[in-house]
Amino acid sequence: MDLRFTPEEEAFREEVRSFLRDKLPARLADKVRHDQRLTKADLEEWHRILNDRGWLASHWPVEYGGTGWSVVQRAIFEDEAAKAHAPRIVPFGVSMLGPVLIKYGTEEQRKTILPRILDGRDWWCQGYSEPGAGSDLASLKTSAVRDGDHYIVNGQKTWTTLGQFANRIFCLVRTDPAAKAQEGISFLLIDMDTPGIEVRPIMLLDGEAEVNEVFFTDVRVPVSNLVGEENKGWTYAKYLLTYERTNIAGVGSSIAAFERLQSLAGSIRRDGRPLADDPLFAARMARVEIELANMATTNMRVVAAAAGGGAPGAESSMLKIKGTEIRQAITALTRRAYGPYAQPFIPEALEEGYNGEPVGPEDAGAAAPAYFNNRKLSIFGGSNEVQRNIISKMIVGL
Amino acid sequence: MDFRHSEDRQMLADTLRRFLAAESPPEARNRAAYDAPGHNAKVWAGLGELGIAGALFPESVGGFGGSGFDIMVVFEELGRTLSVEPLLGTLMVGRALMAAGGRPALEQIVAGSAIVALAHQEAEDGGLATTAIRDAEGWTLNGAKAVVAQAEAASLLLVSAVAEGRPALFLVPADAAGVSIRGYANIDGGRSAQVQLDGVRVGADACVATDGAAALAEAEAAGLLALSAEALGAMDVARDMTIDYLRTRRQFGVPIGKFQALQHRIATVLMEVEQARSAVINAADAFDHKQGPARDRVLSAAKYTIGATGQLVAEEAIQMHGGIGMTWELPLSHYAKRITMIDHLLGDQDRHLQRYVALGKVA
Repeated sequence: MDLRFTPEEEAFREEVRSFLRDKLPARLADKVRHDQRLTKADLEEWHRILNDRGWLASHWPVEYGGTGWSVVQRAIFEDEAAKAHAPRIVPFGVSMLGPVLIKYGTEEQRKTILPRILDGRDWWCQGYSEPGAGSDLASLKTSAVRDGDHYIVNGQKTWTTLGQFANRIFCLVRTDPAAKAQEGISFLLIDMDTPGIEVRPIMLLDGEAEVNEVFFTDVRVPVSNLVGEENKGWTYAKYLLTYERTNIAGVGSSIAAFERLQSLAGSIRRDGRPLADDPLFAARMARVEIELANMATTNMRVVAAAAGGGAPGAESSMLKIKGTEIRQAITALTRRAYGPYAQPFIPEALEEGYNGEPVGPEDAGAAAPAYFNNRKLSIFGGSNEVQRNIISKMIVGL
Repeated sequence: MDFRHSEDRQMLADTLRRFLAAESPPEARNRAAYDAPGHNAKVWAGLGELGIAGALFPESVGGFGGSGFDIMVVFEELGRTLSVEPLLGTLMVGRALMAAGGRPALEQIVAGSAIVALAHQEAEDGGLATTAIRDAEGWTLNGAKAVVAQAEAASLLLVSAVAEGRPALFLVPADAAGVSIRGYANIDGGRSAQVQLDGVRVGADACVATDGAAALAEAEAAGLLALSAEALGAMDVARDMTIDYLRTRRQFGVPIGKFQALQHRIATVLMEVEQARSAVINAADAFDHKQGPARDRVLSAAKYTIGATGQLVAEEAIQMHGGIGMTWELPLSHYAKRITMIDHLLGDQDRHLQRYVALGKVA
């Protein structure tokens, strides 16, 4: 048993830190640190910086432009990037579609699509959920009917994150309505500018519209845009979901968020003393900090097992549940730390360059929106209840 | 980074597991656990032959282990079989003596030939009240110690007492004049005792340390790690017993594990036990690689985690077993009791959460 990294891994960590010091724009890190809203241009800027260094696709093979990193190196990179307040890599092309094409796509698809993901020409979004298919994803109804060398797609997708920025969407569509739920689904790539597609933003409870509804009316999609075999899409979808759950524990970003909470509790005063000296608040923070330290080790245990060739089973569900519970607990304490100043709702203050007079302490206005926004963590990517079903299925086997 | 135990350590764990499974199955354990002397002399002798005590100490004092992970694997195995053998006394007294510069008794302790008990907890709240007064020939001790684990079985007690304004430590033969030991069974098995010291006379060489604060801190650190690991071993078994019950117990025509209300509860138990394992791994690592408040903070984090998780696991295991989980006959109930009672030893979850906060300000 040895919790230390090898000298090579420590050297790699140093290399990552030095890259982040040199190349992560202070402007972007500031926005992340203060929970300000990132624009499309912000996200594209960070994407480009990483791609220029060759560090964008950390889990693709080298031959397709990936880094060829070990799982431990990936964990180190994710950890350091989060602690440096780097924006998240937009995952839809790099972390979701890329691995599916590498495993199930044709060589032609890999050659044409992967480079466009890397250089940012394509912004992909995910067409999975539907109004009637959330946790029960296999009940999806969007149909694709073959017509010569095209599919005709009709239906509706929803919760399409950052779909307003995307020029392409990968969709799960039903190609065999007679088959059992999971067996009639196909995985289809669609250009967003095809006639018959309409994107409507959904405003969320924090006042932001990061997700969308996408409507398909007689949309013609070339058959060559099918990934893998017709009616085998569920297999690819599940494979993609395992990637969606990589780094799901989010240890690095929770550590960064906790450090912000700590410094906040040290400066905000309540009843004539720093909030951090309130025994009840201090105990609440300590509980989260301990859980987070436990989580960091649990996460590394899973990483080490994966490095040894083990396939994560119940572990990835566990990391998802605990990781999101901890993160939500931190955002709840951050919201509470501001007391009455969490209430004023001034969305323009969350934009870069806002010059209005602030209300309350710095960043007070971001705390409640961030808290409400992060309620999504236990809902998406398979709700935490679905994850408990998965764990139970694996360990009890019933 | 490597989360596997070394081959030697894994062998030690396997050997201990086989020995305890064969020599101390649940019925035999329960027979030995409640009546005096509160453990099984034959099992204790067997542990001695296996050199288990030696695994808890470094070579410098005659052992062959002594790292945090050695302590972890030994106590995890003890927890898996709810062993009532007095190894916690061995570890804590031995560590205190090591820190105080060693004693002849340490050799016997490391060899597993002497049973020893730490008599530190006072009968009354309010800090160390037992006193030691020096004279020309030695010391006179007066005081009352409470819930001293395995005091009846012990030949030697390590007693803390205020001497000349400092917390001193004394090795006192259990049969010394003026020592009275009133033993009783504990609800989770094993026996403890109220230890009364009335004008107990000991020689000058009985004083192990005139200022024993540092030695006590070492004993406590090792004890926190050991109890946390013991609880982890017991929780692993309680969880497995519960999973097994969910698969086999049928109600409404199906195994009860088909019910989502229970599936979600067992999933939570599984998750929290893995988090607790990480806490114990962190504690074992800190025991070896950190010092002072930084080390103690990680140990408190582990004991807090174990206390909170232990209560969850014990309560859920009983609940999911239903009525049968309430019975003395079912081994599970004894696991639930031991896991719960560990939260009462060396400070409970609240105390360690507060200590964690306080140490954060000095670490």
